[in-house]
Amino acid sequence: MERQKILEINDLNISFKTEGKKLKAIRGVNFDLYKGETIAIVGESGSGKSVTTKAIMGILAKNGTIDSGEIMYTWNDEKTGEPHTVDITKLTEKQIQSEIRGRKIAMVFQDPMTSLDPTMTIGKQIMEPMIYHYHTPKEEAWKKAVQLLDEVGIVDPEARMKEYPHQLSGGMRQRVVIAIALSCDPYVLICDEPTTALDVTIQAKILELIQDIQKRKGISVIYITHDLGVVAKVADFVNVMYAGKIIEKGTIDEIFYDPRHPYTWGLLSAMPDLDTDDDELYTIPGSPPNLTHEVQGDAFAPRNAYALNIDKRLEPPMFSVPGSKTHKVASWLMHPNAPKIDMPASLRKRIDKMKKEGAAHE
Amino acid sequence: MNKGDTILEVKNLKQYFKVSRKLTVKAVDDISFSIKAGETYGLVGESGSGKSTTGRSIIRLYEPTAGQIIFEGKDISGDMSKEALSTLRTKMAMIFQDPMACLNPRKKVLDIVAQGLDIHHAYSSTEERNEKVYKMLEMVGLSREHANRYPHQFSGGQRQRIGIARALIMQPDLIIADEAISALDVSIQAQVVNLMKRMQKETGAAYLFIAHDLSMVKYFSDRIGVLHLGHMVETGTAEEIFSNPLHPYTKSLLSAIPHPNPRVEKTRKSFTYDYKTSGLDYTKGTQHHVDGSHYVLCTDEEFETFKKNAGKPY
Repeated sequence: MERQKILEINDLNISFKTEGKKLKAIRGVNFDLYKGETIAIVGESGSGKSVTTKAIMGILAKNGTIDSGEIMYTWNDEKTGEPHTVDITKLTEKQIQSEIRGRKIAMVFQDPMTSLDPTMTIGKQIMEPMIYHYHTPKEEAWKKAVQLLDEVGIVDPEARMKEYPHQLSGGMRQRVVIAIALSCDPYVLICDEPTTALDVTIQAKILELIQDIQKRKGISVIYITHDLGVVAKVADFVNVMYAGKIIEKGTIDEIFYDPRHPYTWGLLSAMPDLDTDDDELYTIPGSPPNLTHEVQGDAFAPRNAYALNIDKRLEPPMFSVPGSKTHKVASWLMHPNAPKIDMPASLRKRIDKMKKEGAAHE
Repeated sequence: MNKGDTILEVKNLKQYFKVSRKLTVKAVDDISFSIKAGETYGLVGESGSGKSTTGRSIIRLYEPTAGQIIFEGKDISGDMSKEALSTLRTKMAMIFQDPMACLNPRKKVLDIVAQGLDIHHAYSSTEERNEKVYKMLEMVGLSREHANRYPHQFSGGQRQRIGIARALIMQPDLIIADEAISALDVSIQAQVVNLMKRMQKETGAAYLFIAHDLSMVKYFSDRIGVLHLGHMVETGTAEEIFSNPLHPYTKSLLSAIPHPNPRVEKTRKSFTYDYKTSGLDYTKGTQHHVDGSHYVLCTDEEFETFKKNAGKPY
C-alpha cells in the first residue's frame, strides 16, 4: 500500500515578540506525517517542540507569528473521497476553528486536570465537540460518548458520563481527555507529553491505549516528549529538536541504534538505565542558547565537545546518512571532508548491549 | 553522627486524615523503616501511596496519628516544645517538587536562601549572612551575582539548585527530597542528581529520596522502600529489590519502567496489579525476612507463594 501523506511542514519559521525583542523559536522546521504512522518530536524545554504543534493547531500565543513556511494538510472529502489540500498557515482563525482544530486534528495535553473543565460533567465535555462540529443530535452524541468511554477502557461508562473530573483518578482523567480528542474522528492526534503527569504504572497503560486506538482507526499520531522511554515504545520516526531546529531525524532504529548528532549522543547518554552505576550521570554541559540573539553557525556548537571550526561560522545543512533514505543529520561532522568522529565509547557500549537485548527479545 | 549510625527511625507510623465523620483516609498505615547517616533511602510508590505524607510527617508538617519517629536519638513524634521543634527544623530540610511553586516570587534569591539563617539568627552580622549565602550558591553551581535576582529569572534546573541551596544552608543531617527532580527535563535531572550526590559527599547528609522514577531511584538510593496504599510492602537494598522482587506490586512497578530500547519496548507489555482482585490483605500481613536486609509484607501462606513465584514476571 502506498503511504498517504497527511501533513507536510515546509521550512516553518515562527518568532515571538518578548520585551521588545524578537525570539526566533522555530527556525526552518521540515517534516512529513503519513497516514497511520507515528512520529515523535524529542528535545529539551525551549527547543520548540510544543510551538511546532501549536502552529499546526492554530493556537500560537498572541505574541507569536508565523514568519514563513507552510503547513500543508491533506484529507479525503468525507462524501466524494476526493483529496483536498490546504495550507493551515493561510487559514483564518474562523476556518481553523470550524474545520481543523478538534475536528481533523485533535490534541491531548500533559495535565488532564487543567485540560478538563471542572464544572462540566464528563459526558457533556465529550459530546460538546460532536455537537459543535457535526451538529450531531444529542441522543446520538450521548450514545457515541458512552461508546468512546468504553473504547478508552473506562468501566461502567454510563455512570461515568454524569460524573465530574474531580471524581476520577489521574489515569482515568487522561482517558477522558483522549475520548474527547477522538470524539470527532480526527485524522491526526497530537499528544503533548501525554504521560508526564501520570504514574509509571499508568503511563504504560495510556500509551498502550493510544497505540491500540491508532491501529483500530488508522489515525496518525505526533508525540511531543522528552522521555526517550516513551519514544522507544511508540514511535516509527523520530525528530530530535534543538534550539528551534530539527537536528537529526530518522526511523526509530536509526536514532536509537545509530545516532549521528553529538546532541542525540548526549540525550541518549543522559538517561540512567537500570544498570547505570557510574559515579556521575552524564550531562550535556552548558545550557541552550538564548534565541533572542541571532544564532551564528551551529546553535549546539558551544556545548559540543566535537565542534569543528566551521560550526562557529556556518549553520550546517541537513546531510543524508549514506545508505539511508530516512536518516538525516544537521551537523558538519557528516560532511564528506569532516574528520571521522565516533560516538563516545560508553554510549557505543550501551547501544551494543541494547542491540543484543533487542535480538534476544525477538 | 558517624557514618553508619542510625539517624532516623520510623516505628509503626500512622497518619490518618479525617475527611468527614464517616470517612477517615489512612494515608500511611503502620510503616517502619530507618535511615543511616550519610545514606540515601528511596521511597517509591504510585500517587496516593503515602510517600509524600511519610516525608511530611517526618518533618512534622503533619501531626502523626500514632507511632514513633526517632531522630538522632530523640523522639520527635509527640508533643514538642517550641525549642525542640526549632532545632528539628535546622537539622532536617526539605526539597520540593516544583521549584517555581516553592520559591517566593517576590523575594530575591539572597533572601530566599538566607531565610533559615534569619529565622534561627545563625549569624552575627549581615556580611556574615550574605557570605554564607554566596558560598552556598557557589557550592550548588550558581554564582554570587545570582543572589540579587528573582526566581523567575532562572531556568528550571537553576531554580531547583536554589531550592537545594536553601535546604543545605542550615547544614541539616537529613534532607527530604520530595519528587525533587520529577518536574525537570531529562538532561537537567541528571545535573541535579549529580549535584545532590556531590553535596552528600561534601556534607555527609542523609537523603530521604521520594520519587516515582524507578531507574533514578535505583541509581541514587542505597536502600529502597516500596509503598502501596499506605503500607510498606517491600524493603531492601536497591540491589535486592531490583534483582529479586517478591511482592506483586513491586513487580508491577518494575515491569512498568520504560526501556529506552525500541526493540524491547515495542513488544513489552506491562503487568497490571490490582489490590482488590489480588486476594492479598495488607492489614493481615507482617514483615517477612527474605535475606540480608530484604523484607516483604505478607502472611505466612502468601510468603510461600511469593517465594515460589520469585524470578517469574508475576
